[in-house]
Amino acid sequence: MSNAPVDSGRRRFLTAATCVVGGVGAVGAAVPFIKSWNPSAKAKAAGAPVEVDISKIEPGQLIRVEWRGKPVWIVSRTESVLNELEQHDGSLRDPASEQEQQPSYAQNKYRSIKSELFVAVGICTHLGCSPTYLPDSFGEQVEGVSSGFFCPCHGSKFDMAGRVFQSVPAPLNLVIPPHYYVDNTTIIIGVDKGAA
Amino acid sequence: MFGKVVNWIDDRIPMTDTWNKHAGQYPAPKNFNFWYYFGILATIVFVNQILTGIWLTMNYNPSGDGAFASIEYIMRDVEFGWLLRYMHSTGASAFFVVVYLHMFRGLMYGSYQKPRELLWIFGCLIFLALMAEAFMGYLLPWGQMSFWGAQVIISLFGAIPIIGDDLTLWIRGDYVISGATLNRFFALHVIAVPLVLVVLVFLHIVALHHVGSNNPDGIEIKENKDENGWPKDGIPFHPYYTVHDTVAVVVMLILCSIVIFFMPEGGGYFLEAPNFEAANPLKTPDHIAPVWYFTPFYAILRAIPDKLGGVIMMGLAIAMLFLVPWLDRGKVKSIRYRSVWHKLNLTQFVICFIILGVLGTLAPTPGRTLLSQITTLGYFGYFGLLWLYSKNETTKPLPKRVTM
Amino acid sequence: MKKLFIALLTLLPMAAFAAGGGAHLDEANYDLRDKASLQNGAKIFMNYCSTCHSTQYQRYSRVADDLGIDRDVMSENLVFTGVKVGSLMLTAMPTESGAKWFGAPPPDLSLEARLRGADWVYTYLRSFYIDESRPFGVNNVVFPSVGMPHVLEELQGTARLLEIKHNEEELDLPEGARIVKETAVVDANGVATGEILTSYLSPDGNGELSAEEFDEAMLDLVNFLVYSAEPNQLERQEMGFWVIGFLLILLVFCWFLNREYWRDIH
Repeated sequence: MSNAPVDSGRRRFLTAATCVVGGVGAVGAAVPFIKSWNPSAKAKAAGAPVEVDISKIEPGQLIRVEWRGKPVWIVSRTESVLNELEQHDGSLRDPASEQEQQPSYAQNKYRSIKSELFVAVGICTHLGCSPTYLPDSFGEQVEGVSSGFFCPCHGSKFDMAGRVFQSVPAPLNLVIPPHYYVDNTTIIIGVDKGAA
Repeated sequence: MFGKVVNWIDDRIPMTDTWNKHAGQYPAPKNFNFWYYFGILATIVFVNQILTGIWLTMNYNPSGDGAFASIEYIMRDVEFGWLLRYMHSTGASAFFVVVYLHMFRGLMYGSYQKPRELLWIFGCLIFLALMAEAFMGYLLPWGQMSFWGAQVIISLFGAIPIIGDDLTLWIRGDYVISGATLNRFFALHVIAVPLVLVVLVFLHIVALHHVGSNNPDGIEIKENKDENGWPKDGIPFHPYYTVHDTVAVVVMLILCSIVIFFMPEGGGYFLEAPNFEAANPLKTPDHIAPVWYFTPFYAILRAIPDKLGGVIMMGLAIAMLFLVPWLDRGKVKSIRYRSVWHKLNLTQFVICFIILGVLGTLAPTPGRTLLSQITTLGYFGYFGLLWLYSKNETTKPLPKRVTM
Repeated sequence: MKKLFIALLTLLPMAAFAAGGGAHLDEANYDLRDKASLQNGAKIFMNYCSTCHSTQYQRYSRVADDLGIDRDVMSENLVFTGVKVGSLMLTAMPTESGAKWFGAPPPDLSLEARLRGADWVYTYLRSFYIDESRPFGVNNVVFPSVGMPHVLEELQGTARLLEIKHNEEELDLPEGARIVKETAVVDANGVATGEILTSYLSPDGNGELSAEEFDEAMLDLVNFLVYSAEPNQLERQEMGFWVIGFLLILLVFCWFLNREYWRDIH
């Protein structure tokens, strides 16, 4: 077609440069498509922090509230339950809560802000079922531990701090959601203190 | 490694062959001009419509109660929803801009003449499907214009004798346009018609690459080949026209971006103001105009003072396009080598079409109705006159080779 | 390139035929970047409009964030229905009561500014006048037989719609009067007499705000409604500059790439 000498270096450079710039454009064009899958303002509003009144909770009682469509438990733990928590570290996967399944302010012996009140997302870390609270009969599942949580789907077991026992399918401790106490009778679930 | 993968695939499907046939070794005339950009531009807009359309369905709610609200939900609550929606609404108008220019190119350079009759017919079918697609898509926002525009168009079918009333009832699925109508239009808009369009576009390209592209000189480059069987005036589509078209694509993206980001309502022509009010079957907006791309045909409809007659003329206006390959009895394709009569005829046709388009957006007055009747005559006159003079037209001698 | 522009120019005349309006509309010089104006507009809207009118596609939280209002402040001072700040801005008034009291339910105002235009809204808000024949004793210049009472009366006071016939030069209007319409007077034979009939609104000045202050307040309200009609306008335009800027850079590369390859073709 042509007898003119072709500067193939220049040609290669221009092709590569155009491809790179065009590729950046393609990535940029993909952004709105990808981001539109994020939770919408409606979903976020529905997933806003939840305020819970705990003035009526009785010792040993578990109350459930919904936060982002998931059950969140608030369990009132008695002195004996708290004492029991220190007895079975050897049979737990992660007794010291080293995995990041809780905010830093709940990374302690009781995995809670106040020792007598345990707040956790009631979803098994195995495949998403909600475990059953066994306040008295947990001893049938783990010998020597009187209360705990037992997942009916695949038999995972958690103690009263939501820590997972060994040799069950669930890999991690129960998740502790961000939360804080407004006063002695009100908890806000879904947001850290100061972030509201 | 790469070569091995290609060989492995080529042993199983004709990947390299297909690439060569349609791009790498497809001989395209080297004298394509500005008017030859609009085919690729239409393809790009089509892809945009499909992609943004799929994404819009993810949050759209096709029900009488929820449709309008779901559009505002997309506009406000969904991240970047507004951008996806404006890309889709602007794309609809851009589609018609490029398709009208593409069709004008075909008329100007005789791209419908033998052996490209089927290519042209497929194109006309694409245009028809596109109009159906746009019409049904316009109902989905469920605003006042959506509702009343659809009301008017569906009522056109009522002009058909005997079965008319039953037919409109059947199309609506209700005594008025309702959620039932919206649901079926949604199904057709997002699934049925796009499928038809994909098939037609495929056939359009198959037909094009089988007979080869026409060019501004309207001569067949295949009739003048070198010793290797390669047309002397042909150049491989890739890379020459891929790099050429990329420039046009980017220019179009810039123009579309100006609309999307700075004037998404397109001066009230791309998104009409009454459509920001939810559909209300009890109250018609003061002034109903279809979206701009339908207005030429709408003006023809209104120009005829008879319901059935208007509908027939509007249908004929589109039907005439299908007949062009046989109405034009000339042997010379390009306007460059045709008579002054042909040039004048095509010019008046374009002017009439544009005037009809403007008239279709305006409320009718006696003067405007008269003007629309004259321009309707001009529109149809193009086809009639073409048939008359093309038999014994005085044409200029054709060049042996294309001119750059 | 030149031909491309010619092609585009042929499309422009279509845009020039924009639909014309009826009555004379005052131009609303709103400014979406003026946060103070938007905040004041939101305050007026919540205090005077939201009892009957919703902006049901907007969320309180979105308004708070966009207008630079603290969410808690918004909750305490501007959310009168007691709902969460993330909720849609619905009105407390049931639709049926609205239809009973006003003949038709008060429309949702989310998209009012896009539907009718900012100028119309701005003029409408300032064009109520006394008309004893109407159920609420008021009518509106740009919305004849309006079903809405003059909610802003305590701010604006009331106005009368008056007419004056005068020659072209001499026109003596009372203070604060606003011209609504001017028509040339014709005699019985349809010949112009050279006189002009001017309709104007004459306010009684009994409102809390002066005419200028009221106009200013209404401009803030219009600003808020324009914002509500499309809350992401500024974001959209800003993004537009980046996108087009990027495409121009890409165009340069494509241009040179095209020129490089087409050196082969003669």
